[in-house]
Amino acid sequence: MNQVRSLLKTLFLWELLQGLSVTMRNLFVKKFTLMYPEEKTPQSPRFRGLHALRSYRNGEERCIACKLCEAVCPALAITIESDVAEDGTRRTTRYDIDLFKCIYCGFCEEACPVDAIVETRIHEYHMENRGENIMTKDKLMAIGDKYEAMIAADKAADAPYK
Amino acid sequence: MSEDFVNIEIDGVPTKARRGQMIIEVTDEQRIYVPRFCYHEKLTVAANCRMCLVEVENAPKPLVACATPVADGMKVFTRSKYAQGAQKATMEFLLINHPLDCPICDQGGECELQDLAMGYGKDASRYTERKRVVKDKNIGPLISTDMTRCIHCTRCTRFTEEIAGFQELGTIGRGETMQISTYIGKTVDHELSGNVIDLCPVGALNNKPFRFRARSWEMRQVPMVSPHDCTGTNLFGHVLRGKLLRVVPRMNEEINEIWISDRDRYACYGIYAGDRVKQPMVKTKGEWRETSWEDALARVVAGLKKISTEKGAGQIGMLASPNSTLEEFHLLSRLANGLGTKNIDHRLRQTDFSDQNADPVFPWLGTEIASLEKLDAALVVGSNLRNEVPMMAHRIRKAAVGGASISFLNPRKYRYLFPVTGYLATDDMPGELAALVAVAEKGKSAKGDHRKIIDSLNDGAAGMILLGHLAQRHPAWAVIRALAAKLAGLTNASLGYIPDGGNAVAGCLAGVLPHRDAGGKSTSAEGLDVPAMLASNMSAYLLLGCEPELDCANGDTALRSLAAADLVVAIGSYASDTLKEYADVILPIGSYAESSGTYVNAEGRWQSVAGAAALIGQSRPAWKVLRVLGNLLGLEGFDYQDSQQVRDELAEALAEHTPDNAYHGDRANTEAANGSGEAEDVPMYLTDAIVRRSQPLQETEQESPASPAIASF
Repeated sequence: MNQVRSLLKTLFLWELLQGLSVTMRNLFVKKFTLMYPEEKTPQSPRFRGLHALRSYRNGEERCIACKLCEAVCPALAITIESDVAEDGTRRTTRYDIDLFKCIYCGFCEEACPVDAIVETRIHEYHMENRGENIMTKDKLMAIGDKYEAMIAADKAADAPYK
Repeated sequence: MSEDFVNIEIDGVPTKARRGQMIIEVTDEQRIYVPRFCYHEKLTVAANCRMCLVEVENAPKPLVACATPVADGMKVFTRSKYAQGAQKATMEFLLINHPLDCPICDQGGECELQDLAMGYGKDASRYTERKRVVKDKNIGPLISTDMTRCIHCTRCTRFTEEIAGFQELGTIGRGETMQISTYIGKTVDHELSGNVIDLCPVGALNNKPFRFRARSWEMRQVPMVSPHDCTGTNLFGHVLRGKLLRVVPRMNEEINEIWISDRDRYACYGIYAGDRVKQPMVKTKGEWRETSWEDALARVVAGLKKISTEKGAGQIGMLASPNSTLEEFHLLSRLANGLGTKNIDHRLRQTDFSDQNADPVFPWLGTEIASLEKLDAALVVGSNLRNEVPMMAHRIRKAAVGGASISFLNPRKYRYLFPVTGYLATDDMPGELAALVAVAEKGKSAKGDHRKIIDSLNDGAAGMILLGHLAQRHPAWAVIRALAAKLAGLTNASLGYIPDGGNAVAGCLAGVLPHRDAGGKSTSAEGLDVPAMLASNMSAYLLLGCEPELDCANGDTALRSLAAADLVVAIGSYASDTLKEYADVILPIGSYAESSGTYVNAEGRWQSVAGAAALIGQSRPAWKVLRVLGNLLGLEGFDYQDSQQVRDELAEALAEHTPDNAYHGDRANTEAANGSGEAEDVPMYLTDAIVRRSQPLQETEQESPASPAIASF
């Protein structure tokens, strides 16, 4: 009996038809492919993309050079040098993130006691020249200033779950 | 059961303790940790932090382990619920006024409060009232203050009072308004004051030049030895990405206990001075240019060969800094031998060489550093002790506080911080010394200090006469030494030297002397000593790590003859403007922090280190430079692979040498006539090239002859 059933299945390509039925069904289902870059997927406020260094509203930089992000970074992507600033505060003189080393785990953001280093939702970036993978302090601060509204909104949205 | 022991029980384990011991000493011996802030084994007990509360059976309240003596049958519980409750409550009180600024605090990561808060603190604070804020004080260029962080353990005030010897830090106010302060607006200037940084359990007192430079966990800790004085202080260098950022003490009970002097702690900030040489440099027609090692070395070799064939090797003189390593001394000495000159010396500040053949093989302390504190009597001749050897001065202070009779014979009255038996301040040191000898010899009825000094030396079982730097630099050094030796023979005392320079002992052992070869063997052809070399306008000078205009007794003569020389090769780390005027070639070498090498301290202890920091630019360790010079000059046996090989070679050659300070000279009867010369008293923070370049040290109120450190009475 089993032999007959197997023979029939093979003869009429039953399994192929079974597979094709999935194809046929999905031919008429609503598609979720997005026409990138015209269309984009929705992002979580927790999305971990390009890094930024934030400032306070009065323009004072947040980072206090505690080096906790450098210590927690599992990929050793962060390099910080610090010194006494002109106003006597503790500040970084160098804050480099190597984007080639970074694994976007978000530990730096997690470790930061002052919410200075954040991973923004920016994920569309590229490099053209050697060395551009190093995000220097100036670059990170510039991103932070430019996208502060977005970063602040994301932080606010995620705050209740922290 | 002996009378001196009692049986106690700690955490249920029966143990023996000496009568009179505090509970915390017993628990420390048993390696049971009781949390503490104010207790420190080197300081007296204050019992004011209350962190070490433990439960003692039948006691109505928890007791402080640091101030409760053990009693027979005592049952102590350090981890019971009751004890831990008390400890946690204390921690909560301590944290009330402590700011939550660990991320910007330099102590973060090595903070006793932080560590204990992990174990005994609560997750969240219940305290909602206003926190105390204390204004920071400026207590000088060495120590930074963040007084809000202070938890009033008073370790720092007890240190300045008990170890340093005079209370620079004290408490003002009481209760919540209590503050640690200097005496109104004064700075902290004692030569050991930097140690309060290590003692401070929180971040209230910290290393000022190091402020905000790095976190404790990211630095590499590398053992080092201080080259700045003959104590051979053990250090740890903290290195981040090849750069030496700070120096902390390395515990060695036999040498420096747990302390280091400020000179050792802060000299490292001179390493990266602006005039550090990064590339070999040569001067052509008055113009300096950077060049390759090959070019610079070729020029040195050609120059030396030319002079030695045309004018004779006797026209080459070599001056080595007494802070160089043993390996460098040995190679330099071999280089001189290879070139056929014996004009080589490291005794840059000495002026009287008339009796140098009576020198011991190497001048040593005459005892171990640790036994200095067990002396019964000592006469210190010609030494500004606290400036010259701060760690030994501390040991001698310990002896004096313990009842020893310490006396001084000095050109000036330097400030001392302990009871002194006699202080002879005179311009005529040999004369006074002769007077002392006369008192000792004839039992001459003398009054005052002379009598007291002789009596103290006669009475004490362990007495010493220590010859300091000022004696060794004195124009009548031979007479002083002869008289001191005679005095030592007449009284109960032994003779000791305080070698002038961080590694002067190694210099003597390696034969960087004009009159001796390695191991103190007399040489066939005696060369010229430093002043003679500088006075005789030689054709070529080779300088190893020294700046003769500042490091030599007579800087002006040095400058003149160096300027007149055909070839001056400076093997050094720095190129000052003065050096650039007289030098022709500069070969950049690593500083003490960057080179491997061996230091031999005053007690003859050999200490080798591997070098902590990365070399700067093209600079190379000096022993490598000398090795290659040997190769290029075509000398035999210069194929060393590492500095250890150099050391082993010399160690083998020295094999058996016992330190012996016995005086065999014949100057004992010399009348101390023209003895009123002046010995150069180099201020504490101008002793060598690195110290001179250390910004924080230069900003201190130096204990120079003009400063208030000289007693005004």
